[in-house]
Amino acid sequence: MITSITQRRHRARQLLVALAALLPLAVLTGLASGAVSLGPLQALRALLAGDDGSQAAMIVQQLRLPRVLLAAVMGATLAMSGAAMQGLFRNPLADPSLIGVTAGASLGASLLIVLGGGLLQGLVGLTLVSLGAFVGGVLAVLLVYRLASSENGTSVATMLLAGIAITALAGAVGSLLEFFTDNERLRQISLWKMGGLDGANLPRLALASLVGGSVLLALPRYALALNTLLLGESEARHLGIDVNHTKLALIGWVAVGVGTSVALVGTIAFVGLVVPHVVRLWIGPDHRYLLPASALAGATLLVVADTLSRVILAPTELPVGIITALIGVPFFISLLRQRHHYGMQT
Amino acid sequence: MTVLALDGVSAAPWGEPLLVDIRLPVSAGEVVALIGPNGAGKSSLLRLIAGDFSASAGTLEFGGRPLADWPRRQMAQHLAFLPQLSLLNFPYTVEEVVLLGRTPHATGARADRDIAHHALGATDTLGLRNRLYTQLSGGERQRVQLARVFAQLWDSDDMSGKLLLLDEPTAALDLAHQQQLAGAIAGIAGRGCAVLLVVHDVNLAAAVGSRLLVLDRGRQVASGTPAEVLTAALFRDLFHAEVLVQQHPNGRQPLVIGL
Repeated sequence: MITSITQRRHRARQLLVALAALLPLAVLTGLASGAVSLGPLQALRALLAGDDGSQAAMIVQQLRLPRVLLAAVMGATLAMSGAAMQGLFRNPLADPSLIGVTAGASLGASLLIVLGGGLLQGLVGLTLVSLGAFVGGVLAVLLVYRLASSENGTSVATMLLAGIAITALAGAVGSLLEFFTDNERLRQISLWKMGGLDGANLPRLALASLVGGSVLLALPRYALALNTLLLGESEARHLGIDVNHTKLALIGWVAVGVGTSVALVGTIAFVGLVVPHVVRLWIGPDHRYLLPASALAGATLLVVADTLSRVILAPTELPVGIITALIGVPFFISLLRQRHHYGMQT
Repeated sequence: MTVLALDGVSAAPWGEPLLVDIRLPVSAGEVVALIGPNGAGKSSLLRLIAGDFSASAGTLEFGGRPLADWPRRQMAQHLAFLPQLSLLNFPYTVEEVVLLGRTPHATGARADRDIAHHALGATDTLGLRNRLYTQLSGGERQRVQLARVFAQLWDSDDMSGKLLLLDEPTAALDLAHQQQLAGAIAGIAGRGCAVLLVVHDVNLAAAVGSRLLVLDRGRQVASGTPAEVLTAALFRDLFHAEVLVQQHPNGRQPLVIGL
């Protein structure tokens, strides 16, 4: 395929504009949809009405707005983290969970559910389970990073393997906990693992925005470094990049971002893996465009998926991770079928 | 002007000594070719100079300063390294790959694209610039990576004080492109850039190198002009190969003929 750099950048800017227009529409649709269905205009009016005591204003402002915005922030964080990890590991199949964060968080959450923490309320609207998930996720990443570091620096290949090992270990311990716990807690654990945004409230949104916002601002500063890292680590060093600092910073931001998202909304598979992949097929691997476009696409995907999860079987809510996979997989497979067209290696 | 000076340099990054007591001054505009059997330490020497690992003994100065004192980015503006293998498997366009060579510079997008254009021209890859790197052949990829390191150091006037390290840049090239590369190297050397390269074809080494350095098991066993270094005795001792060394018909260099 022949693509000039000018065409590619033009297409990247077009995609950014399209996604920036699509996201507010998705958010508005999300605000309007649910068990009580409102029209888009009615939802907008309810959003801007202030606290007028009407039922629509109450539903939109207090129930749906935190939830939809939480979906947007977490979707953006997951997708941008995935793009950064795929660049760092020079592997389009890398996913934020590779560095152990998801497995560690799951174990942390399972542990607290089994120990009965699900019944206790923690600080700022966070349950102890969320806190356990965050701590578990970050601890797992620290362990993986530690295992892969030696006096010669940090080996990305070893980190990948250490991530697999820690993921397997956390999975085994988690299974052991599930094996010995009672049925009610088993169901709690498995629901938690499916991911969901039903716990959204303003304190959670504030926390997500603070952490997610920091990650979304921090990662693009490493776009040029990621571009050179695709050539190889020593090549990046020869191009003047501080590779060790870049690795540590990327891993740190991704651990915090993904750890927070797992803690707040559970494990939402697929967004971090496939969104950046699809965006790259579309606009190429230049991270100056790939990172922001992935963030916007991830936000849109998660908002749409969450809306569908509330509407399809209303008033029952489906776990959102099921919907992201059901929307994303067919799209992804159709792109894979045309991979030669996009210059992907077979 | 001496660009690079190695004095009694040894290195043992993984315990075993890889390089022992290397002495090598390289002047601006000089092209030095490294030859030697497989495993002689040629690539290790380039990687040591590029800063991939540090010396265990001796001094290593670049531009009159110890190598370790160079700020990362300033170093990248003056020294470029083309490794033997490229790991790149993401679908950049060829022009994007070459523009990555401009990362350490802040010359602006327009100047960078002009320079990329020159570098693409020097390696006969201008026609490939809108192709995807992942869809190129091995030789084409090698020429694109060459264009990238050319772009990293490119200056149309004066390139003195800069050093280009090339590890087997001709390995995948056909004859025409080998000759073109020799011309491109002579071109940048003419503008003052020092070049240190590893080549396996001794006749090519003699054609592009103003000086040859012969390595064997990490030690430097001979150094000098091609005529001084390339003797039948060297090939017998070092490569255990019988060759005939004659004067090249062009009268400028020796010609080695394998028997």
